[in-house]
Amino acid sequence: MAEIVLDKVSKRYPDGALAVSDIDLTVGDGEFVILVGPSGCGKSTTLNMVAGLEDITTGELRIDGERMNERAPKDRDIAMVFQSYALYPHMSVRENMAFPLRLAKAPHEEVRRRVEEAARVLDLTEHLDRRPANLSGGQRQRVAMGRAIVREPKAFLMDEPLSNLDAKLRGQMRTSLSRLQKQLGTTTVYVTHDQTEAMTLGDRIVVLQAGHVQQIGSPQHLYDRPSNLFVAGFIGSPSMNFLTAVVEDGHLRTPLGEVPLTDRVRRHLEAADAPRELIVGLRPEHFEDAALVEEHVREEGRTFTATVDVLESLGSEKYAHFALETEGVRARQLQDLADVTGSADLATGGTAQLVTRLSATSGARENAELTVWFDPDRLVLFDPDSGTNLTYEG
Amino acid sequence: MTSTRVRRGAHSEGKRSERRLAWMLCAPAALVMVAVTGWPIVYSVYLSLHRYDLRFPGQQEFIGLENYAVVLTNSYWWTAFGVTLFITVVSVAIELVLGMALAITMHRTLLARGLVRTVTLIPYGIVTVVAAFSWFYAWTPNTGYLAEAVTPGSAPLTERAASLAIIILAEVWKTTPFMALLLLAGLALVPDDLLRAAAMDGAGVWQRFVKVTLPVMKPAILVALLFRTLDAFRVFDNIFILTSGANDTSSVSMITYSNLIQGLNLGIGSTMSVLIFIAVAIIAFVFVKLFGTAAPGSSAQGGGR
Amino acid sequence: MPVETASPGRRRTWWTFVNVVVIVYALLPVLWIASLSFKTKETVTDGNLVPRDWTLSNYGDIFRTDEFVRALINSIGIALIATFIAVALATMAAYAVARLEFPGKRALVGVSLLIAMFPQISLVTPLFNIERELGLFDTWPGLILPYITFSLPLAIYTLSAFFREIPWELEKAAKMDGATPAQAFRRVIAPLAAPGVFTSAILVFIFCWNDFLFAISLTSSEASRTVPAALSFFTGSSQFEDPTGTISAAAVVITVPIVLFVLFFQRRIVAGLTSGAVKG
Repeated sequence: MAEIVLDKVSKRYPDGALAVSDIDLTVGDGEFVILVGPSGCGKSTTLNMVAGLEDITTGELRIDGERMNERAPKDRDIAMVFQSYALYPHMSVRENMAFPLRLAKAPHEEVRRRVEEAARVLDLTEHLDRRPANLSGGQRQRVAMGRAIVREPKAFLMDEPLSNLDAKLRGQMRTSLSRLQKQLGTTTVYVTHDQTEAMTLGDRIVVLQAGHVQQIGSPQHLYDRPSNLFVAGFIGSPSMNFLTAVVEDGHLRTPLGEVPLTDRVRRHLEAADAPRELIVGLRPEHFEDAALVEEHVREEGRTFTATVDVLESLGSEKYAHFALETEGVRARQLQDLADVTGSADLATGGTAQLVTRLSATSGARENAELTVWFDPDRLVLFDPDSGTNLTYEG
Repeated sequence: MTSTRVRRGAHSEGKRSERRLAWMLCAPAALVMVAVTGWPIVYSVYLSLHRYDLRFPGQQEFIGLENYAVVLTNSYWWTAFGVTLFITVVSVAIELVLGMALAITMHRTLLARGLVRTVTLIPYGIVTVVAAFSWFYAWTPNTGYLAEAVTPGSAPLTERAASLAIIILAEVWKTTPFMALLLLAGLALVPDDLLRAAAMDGAGVWQRFVKVTLPVMKPAILVALLFRTLDAFRVFDNIFILTSGANDTSSVSMITYSNLIQGLNLGIGSTMSVLIFIAVAIIAFVFVKLFGTAAPGSSAQGGGR
Repeated sequence: MPVETASPGRRRTWWTFVNVVVIVYALLPVLWIASLSFKTKETVTDGNLVPRDWTLSNYGDIFRTDEFVRALINSIGIALIATFIAVALATMAAYAVARLEFPGKRALVGVSLLIAMFPQISLVTPLFNIERELGLFDTWPGLILPYITFSLPLAIYTLSAFFREIPWELEKAAKMDGATPAQAFRRVIAPLAAPGVFTSAILVFIFCWNDFLFAISLTSSEASRTVPAALSFFTGSSQFEDPTGTISAAAVVITVPIVLFVLFFQRRIVAGLTSGAVKG
């Protein structure tokens, strides 16, 4: 059990590249913190610095108040689970799990007891004498977990431990991992590029981009109150819709029609001294088929009518895609997001893509007109230059 | 700012220590290789420019390119050179065809794959001299089963054409498995999906082989050919045992050896060494420049993935 | 390749036939020399593939002569020492080539490639004279040195290919599990590298065991003559009326270890032979 503190930690490589810049983060005792971001954002480097596998260039790492920068990995009493699992191929499952205990010169009886206990928890008892090569992906993953928990270390570090599993198994393992962490109550730092994993597992999420922390907060907080365009676009699936908007006479002119500015929003814009041209963000789940919205609710919101471009029916819900005849959104942070997610259509000029989530009972059809309702108070406004969320309240 | 600069210094220090470690690790191997090849090469160039006959040790003197003139106007040298080229070209050509057939067999066979692979490795492992003796006795009249069966009443190893054929047979037998293994590794690089796609596009078995398999394997084939050509050019063991160079069957290696042991003429011997070295360099150059053979060394850089 | 029209039964027959051809091709010369070694002096010239009278007397004869026993000791000793040194040097160099970045790496790889393709005969004349002057001619080191040199490229290639395949992340994992760098090497990396080292050792040993050119050029007596060289001197030796049987027996004796290697380590030898040459 331990508290991990990163105090202005930076990593600069010998070639001058800055991989991680001034991270300030306190992981509380027993907390499950997720480092999430696109590949190359510095999340694995950060984890490796905590592990001691990479040197910290500047700043200080403290575990339980003790400076760790100069300690070898073995003297930090933390365990790590690797993306590739890094199981020793020449050792059996039992030997793999016992390895850290043997190195720590634990008595034989205790080694046996703890390995068997861990195997029981992870449902590996019958595989103890097999080699990693003869195990399935899920079993290997559990052995890697087992090797971490037998030591009862101060903290777990996990580097994309589930990304080599297929989608279904990943879902199952996510649940059992979460349960296991709560049960053991061990401080955990977990790295992933998958925002779903981040949302479902973490007590708190740290969003990283290009070596900089974008935002730290609980999953719900990041979803409801993203601090900038990058976080807004990265968290949530499908991603938030972004459209251009212009403030005119207390109204917001958007491709979805004129939207009155609520008092709350106007106050924020005034306080931030916002420019007239803005980016408006709306989550797909904040739309609904207008035909399914009750009259009195409908009046509180706005509607727009457009032709459905593509309709995806998932059974439990429907996604209606629209191609709006309007200027696409341009912003540096959105370009970054498009680059890392590979979805270049975020920034195409000429048309803007809009995704809306509708109830399964919606009668929407492809290539037919549909009237869609949305709540203007849910929309989020961003500064196109800095990407800052102008309607953010901490 | 200052701290960053200090840290950078520390990093290049780490880089420097990595280099030092690498050099220390490589130094022994590099030293041995250079000492045992580099020095003799220089020395043989030096010797080739001198009159140096161990039977007349008093007559050492610098004679410029006279040794080269002697060797290059000598009909034995040119005969040996022709024989070497002939053996090299014919045996490598046969090996390529047989090796490819063997590789495909090993790649596609349905039964006893392990057995076939193991067995084909045996010629590679057998000492060349042992195999040469086996062929020698097989083709010796009275003693040999092949002499009795194929050429009754004559002694093939006393005729030039037959001798060359037997030398090539022995070479081919010994080195085809090695060729096959290199080609097999190349075959494994041809994705099955590519062949299926070609089949769907209407290509027959032969077309698939010529239009898909061979082009994809080209780098592997060229490397195998380069290795084998240079190796075949060194042919010595088989000739020594089978004919001892009788009836104009000497290779350049054979006549260099004879000159050294029987002639004890180091000047002439070194001249031949230098000439062979130049010939091999030309062959390698032709392969790399004309066929674009990727030197296997270049892959050592890029990593095996 | 997708299944063609031939029926499974016919394909089976075809493959059986092909495999039999391959096996006969590979084994016939070996079986023939073995057969000669078991023939009696009276039947050795009968030209029969299978001996009519079986005898072990040829083997008895060669082990009674100093000429062969001495050569066998030379062969084993020289090949083992050369293998040991070459693999030790190559392991260090291959680790550097596979794992470290340093200027001169390309040069090292290039030089060893040159040596792998070098016409060995070009070295024989100068080495003959250098060794004579240094007193190395006709000694064990006189053969061990060129053997090391010419097997180093092979060993470096094979080993660096193997080393690149080792999942080095395990080294990190071991450190996280509480291992010191030395423990990580000894308990995790060394066991994984061992098969590669062993494979290169086999290949190098086969190379040294096989050599004839250096063995016959750089030796002049029983002091350091290896079996392949000694075999060529059996011919016409007054000690035996007809050396055919004894040469064959000696040939079989030096063939057996290689055949055993091949049988036991087939997979590894294949991996080793092809790793250096075809990668990339």
